Amino acid sequence: MKILVAVKRVADPNVKVRLRADGSGLDLAAVKMTMNPFDEIAVEEAVRLKEAGIASEVVVVSVGPDKATETLRTALAMGADRGLLVRTEATTEPLAVAKVLSAVAGEEQPALILLGKQAIDDDCNQTGQMLAAKLGWPQATFASQLAVDGDRVTVIREVDGGSQTIALTLPAIVTADLRLNEPRYASLPNIMKAKKKPLEERQASDYGLVIEERLEVVRLEEPPTRAAGIKVKSVAELVERLKTEAGVLA
Amino acid sequence: MSVLVLAEHGNAQLDEATARAVSAALCLDNDVHVLVAGKGCHDVALAAAHLDGVSKVLLAEGESLANQLAEPLADLIVARSGNYDAIVAASTSTGKNVMPRVAALLDVMQISDVIAIDSPDLFRRPIYAGNIVQTVRSKDPKRVLTIRASAFRPVGKGEAKPIETVDIVPGSCLSTFVANAVAVSERPDLTSARIVVSGGRGMGSADNFETVLAPLADTLGAALGASRAAVDAGYVSNDLQVGQTGKIVAPDLYIACGISGAIQHLAGMKDSKVIVAINRDAEAPIFQVADYGLVADLFEAVPELKGTLASAT
Ligand SMILES: Cc1cc2nc3c(=O)[nH]c(=O)nc-3n(C[C@H](O)[C@H](O)[C@H](O)COP(=O)(O)OP(=O)(O)OC[C@H]3O[C@@H](n4cnc5c(N)ncnc54)[C@H](O)[C@@H]3O)c2cc1C
Ligand SMILES: Nc1ncnc2c1ncn2[C@@H]1O[C@H](COP(=O)(O)O)[C@@H](O)[C@H]1O
Repeated sequence: MKILVAVKRVADPNVKVRLRADGSGLDLAAVKMTMNPFDEIAVEEAVRLKEAGIASEVVVVSVGPDKATETLRTALAMGADRGLLVRTEATTEPLAVAKVLSAVAGEEQPALILLGKQAIDDDCNQTGQMLAAKLGWPQATFASQLAVDGDRVTVIREVDGGSQTIALTLPAIVTADLRLNEPRYASLPNIMKAKKKPLEERQASDYGLVIEERLEVVRLEEPPTRAAGIKVKSVAELVERLKTEAGVLA
Repeated sequence: MSVLVLAEHGNAQLDEATARAVSAALCLDNDVHVLVAGKGCHDVALAAAHLDGVSKVLLAEGESLANQLAEPLADLIVARSGNYDAIVAASTSTGKNVMPRVAALLDVMQISDVIAIDSPDLFRRPIYAGNIVQTVRSKDPKRVLTIRASAFRPVGKGEAKPIETVDIVPGSCLSTFVANAVAVSERPDLTSARIVVSGGRGMGSADNFETVLAPLADTLGAALGASRAAVDAGYVSNDLQVGQTGKIVAPDLYIACGISGAIQHLAGMKDSKVIVAINRDAEAPIFQVADYGLVADLFEAVPELKGTLASAT
């Protein structure tokens, strides 16, 4: 069984992203970039399925700029077999990415496609669900556990009220939540080996697609910052202030 | 034209998030219909019919809809979509699961987690864990939105409006429901509670959560929340996680105990009216957003706080 994993290059989650001083856009020039954390989890899960003898090949795909090859190399160093970059300088909205991935899936014919549940830059939480729709496949989002058995995959999902278990007929789409696994760090020898693994580059037009933006960003702003309040000296002072000053306690 | 709102419910009860989604929908158009899809959910439809501003409720019932699985639910919404300019759901786990599927079937780019509607085609939404707010204009002929419930005031109750039964859409069952593990709690719901008491890694264990933090929450009639670190460590279940990738809350009072205040945690609670932080590290970033900070060992401060509040009532 072949597994396809979608990985996105994003700003490091530990960085507080800001606007350029002139307000003309995001100030990402000096920001460290990494693989979207949820995608690391998705890659890890695919590699584990390969190590368990369930998957035969793990192919990682990214839709993005040249530099996204670094992200693909990281995935290859974690244990993926092959990379594919669909190159574009455009903003990659989930709908457009889903269309590209759907075309890639048409060529690659994977039994399972893993994605992160959410890209931590656009915070959209859409691509996996959209891809499932485009392919007409079943979906299991927010996975915290996954088990493949023959032509079925059973997934435990993190939902608002607790968790939900569902079973899907393959081929299927699963999006990874935080607690699916803990991704490994690529070892130095594996990073070296990854440099020799195949990494192909394509354009959206190779699939007869154009990457279009459906949402026009008309403004970006930093939300009003909360001013730091005061430090209280004791529990008694805290209670007093919550009652009289803040008025949130009766 | 009209707006369709997907009701959030568990077949027995209508969730408050629906009243908030209706409030958002009313910013788009004043003809708002609510779709209640499920099984044995007639009471939910009745409750939806009483929401102020709703003009009609559509009730679809069937076995395939009993557990809100994405595939049949999306097919149902798409089948009804012709009559609507916009389709709205709250950003609950069901909304997040099904709406992008609907959007893609309609070839529309969804607008996720909307926090303000400036006009029927201009929407504000947070990106980068809420560090930036973008305003976007949709170029699509139809709008598919999920709205952040805490950003919209719920509509009140009004006169009952008609309930119309609609057919479910037959389809292949590519996914099947196996089981639900529902976290049962006597405490108020995290996303709608007036007060939230949250614990982080500083709580140290599941036991401490129960014996140190829970009594404070119960004295205040508050919901319990947690940081990702506390959930990962197994102190509490995943449904209590507050943050960028957990629940978004905006209570009147949020009390963070043993939580450092990472960007991803702040993303889920910084719109609370009053924030209290109890942390023994005076440099913890949580103090930068707290209205009232107490630098103390939580194992002393939290029981004392509970004691003071309990004796006052
Ligand atoms: C992709 C991604 C998504 C994420 N999503 C979320 C999310 O949704 N929600 C979330 O919360 N996090 C999220 N995180 C994790 C986040 O970055 C932090 O790691 C996490 O919030 C830290 O939790 P914490 O504050 O409990 O733990 P820590 O950062 O370890 O802080 C513990 C705090 O407790 C204090 N403390 C310890 N003992 C005591 C004591 N006895 N008395 C008083 N104070 C004490 C310490 O001083 C410290 O400040 C995410 C991270 C990533 C990468
Ligand atoms: N440009 C992209 N290239 C590859 N994968 C992507 C891209 N954008 C999103 N994804 C995948 O879709 C998931 C959800 O992204 P989003 O819908 O943007 O929150 C990510 O975790 C990735 O797995």
